[in-house]
Amino acid sequence: MAVQTPDDVVRVRQLVRVCAVKAGLGLVDQTKVVTAASELARNTVDYGGGGSLTIHCIDDGARRGVRLVFEDHGPGIADIPMALKDGYTTGKGLGLGLGGAKRLCNEFAIESHPGRGTKVTIARWK
Amino acid sequence: MDRIPILKLGSSLLVTIQVDMHDRLATTLQEDLTNRIVAHSARGVLIDISALEIVDSFIGRMLDNIAAISRILDARTVVVGMRPAVAITLVELGLTLQGVQTALNVERGMAMIARQDEALTQIAAPADPAE
Repeated sequence: MAVQTPDDVVRVRQLVRVCAVKAGLGLVDQTKVVTAASELARNTVDYGGGGSLTIHCIDDGARRGVRLVFEDHGPGIADIPMALKDGYTTGKGLGLGLGGAKRLCNEFAIESHPGRGTKVTIARWK
Repeated sequence: MDRIPILKLGSSLLVTIQVDMHDRLATTLQEDLTNRIVAHSARGVLIDISALEIVDSFIGRMLDNIAAISRILDARTVVVGMRPAVAITLVELGLTLQGVQTALNVERGMAMIARQDEALTQIAAPADPAE
């Protein structure tokens, strides 16, 4: 789905919640992954110039969960370790979004190159 | 919904957040609350978040701001009704909400505000030491 506007951030939360429920995640796990998605969606809109979210429902026998891929073609992140530090923000935020999303999820991966955009992948298992 | 309603509850203001907030709504709420605190000389602001399934850093920042603005205007802010899953997630997210007090519900929040107000009144007008 497109993640371009603040209203899309609301839609992301609703859609991720539905998928998390479908994947059988408990309430606390649902809350964690939806909160992480909210942070990343907001980043995509505020810093990435808008982008997209792809949701994968995982059920491979061994485990069930959701994997989310946030992608944008914005300015990219020059210093990823710095961006992951709590409190660091290039905008008006609290600087908790990236690091927070990482803490809230079982899997976290980020690819970003200045001028070429950013891709963040997170996953939460049951 | 264009604005979040602010109710007067005794000498406090009560705000119930029930919708998914976007930036404009959050800014409008902060401005409305600030005006109302001054207009009513409110002693406290109660923010009921019992309907929120998610509190992310955007909402967290809004709560921090409201608490800071209220403090400058001599009012206490108490956030009430936080859901357990939200509390667990906030801690892991790293949102400490240090400037924000919390209470289980509106009644306890009001009691908290009244107690703090009374304590401050006693400090301001101490008993005569000669007595």
